[in-house]
Amino acid sequence: MKRAKVNQGEDLQEYKDVYVIGECLDGRLHPVTLELMGEGRKLANQLKRHLGVILLGDGMDEALEHLQDYDADVIYHLKHPLLKDFSTEGYVKVLNDFIRGNKPEILLIGATSYGRDIAPRLAGRLGTGLTADCTKLEIDPADGKLLQTRPAFGGNLMATIICPKNRPQMSTVRPGVMERAHKLAEGKAHLVTVIPELEPKDIRVALVEKKPPAKKQVNLIDARVVVSGGRGLKTPEGFRLIEELADVLGGEVGSSRACVDAGWISHAHQVGQTGTTVRPEIYIACGISGAIQHLAGMSEADYIVAINKDPEAPIFNVCDYGIVGDLYEILPAMIEDYRKRKEEANHA
Amino acid sequence: MNSIVCIKQVPNTNEVRINQETGTLIRDGVPSIINPDDRNAIEGALKIKEELGGTVTVITMGPEQAKAALREAMAMGADRAILLSDRAFAGSDTWATATILAAALDKIGETDLIFCGRQAIDGDTAQVGPELAEFLDIPQVTYAKEVVVEKDKVRVTRYGESGDYIMEAPMPVMLTAIRELNEPRLPHVRSIIEAWEKKDIEVWTMEDLTIDPTQIGLKGSPTNVFRSFVPVREKQSEIIQGNTPREKAALLLDRLSSQKLV
Repeated sequence: MKRAKVNQGEDLQEYKDVYVIGECLDGRLHPVTLELMGEGRKLANQLKRHLGVILLGDGMDEALEHLQDYDADVIYHLKHPLLKDFSTEGYVKVLNDFIRGNKPEILLIGATSYGRDIAPRLAGRLGTGLTADCTKLEIDPADGKLLQTRPAFGGNLMATIICPKNRPQMSTVRPGVMERAHKLAEGKAHLVTVIPELEPKDIRVALVEKKPPAKKQVNLIDARVVVSGGRGLKTPEGFRLIEELADVLGGEVGSSRACVDAGWISHAHQVGQTGTTVRPEIYIACGISGAIQHLAGMSEADYIVAINKDPEAPIFNVCDYGIVGDLYEILPAMIEDYRKRKEEANHA
Repeated sequence: MNSIVCIKQVPNTNEVRINQETGTLIRDGVPSIINPDDRNAIEGALKIKEELGGTVTVITMGPEQAKAALREAMAMGADRAILLSDRAFAGSDTWATATILAAALDKIGETDLIFCGRQAIDGDTAQVGPELAEFLDIPQVTYAKEVVVEKDKVRVTRYGESGDYIMEAPMPVMLTAIRELNEPRLPHVRSIIEAWEKKDIEVWTMEDLTIDPTQIGLKGSPTNVFRSFVPVREKQSEIIQGNTPREKAALLLDRLSSQKLV
């Protein structure tokens, strides 16, 4: 296979339109698909270009039907039995052929574990640059180039990246950040089925088994609410209280590094630079002082609540709501009050 | 079973400070470490070597000081270490970095497994591994949390948001390691001393590699940094006032429910 090259002085004017690659595995449409469509529409409007949505797979009529209710100029279904299951090589081959044929100016992919698997390989094959995990995309009014902004150094710094000499301009986009596409007031988005060329020998890695997610797995990444405990708990038993609050709020239990290092809770719960990065709607930090390493893993929560005895704790500088007080008094009061509210709501 | 592990020396981002005026990093005095996911990659390769024999080669691109990361990898048990260092490499983005690494891996020759960390804590791109695999035209499995070599195949459990996939790949294959893969070992004091005193690090420059100079360095990189800035916090903190814990708790829940959060 001949390696693609960048900076070959290609005619960039040949590239038009904004394309997004949706994610639909096992018939389930990933929410990032609608977010990419919403963002893609915004960029396409600014450039006065069309928005194309690419979906790969087979046996996904329901998802396609659903997607057609949303605002897009064309939905391209790359349909092939070998695309039924995810494979890096199958996806990249058909996407490469399709993109080379259609020449979009901008190509967006969800920054999920699958999107981040195929996007760099696709960029490598197309011969263009790629910007990872973007949280903001804009069109430069001066020359129409794509300004791709993303966090770096654990969120300490934001960088805006450009891809001036190669097309398409490719970004993976962080899930949960962009606004979702609008539903069409009437009618359906135009659907085009494309049958790509793909043979079994093109896919060298075989998917042999799909494991369902473990039942009581710690799923900090997708949690809407995370309640975390820190050194201020004083004892490992303190996590029972954290767990209780997390349970009543329908959330997951997080931890600072100190408690994991002390052996109070397993590493799967650790939030922060060397743990998991979470983006819940609410993050409740209990007895956590707020070291940079911890902040790096939770500062993008929509709302941060801090409960700490020490009014000088740095966590109070980054929280939306703070309570200065003893978590062993505050948390039981919250649990009791919340249960009461829920009961009242049920009877109303 | 021969493995190559691509590693990166990164500033410990816990201790990174930002010059608020220029929006640049203050790296002075910030300790450099082996990127955390890369330590899992090294450990993954070492485990396979211990089980099946063979060698582990670690490779990194960077300035002279990146040798420290290679020495640490040798102290962990790697047999051979290569530093890719040349002014022409400076300013490389992921495309250019993968181009240089691919040239180096071509020079090393036949290998069975190529390990990379999933992503580095400074750039967080997760792109060099897959780009490298693409340039070498070998298959890849990313987000590896379990790796088992079975005869001429590798069985890899790949993390996925909605459940893991078990993949089977021929060799050579490029794998990216996540922290769930293993618990990286701490080197013994004696191995550390040996790695510093007795073991050599090979340094390869442009001259040692077959590279198209238009595809590397700042000029060859398809992506450029247009600007960087310190994120501004637009949020206002409110410290909830109340006479009793109960009152404070109730006021907090009021705030959260008015935002439709609970």
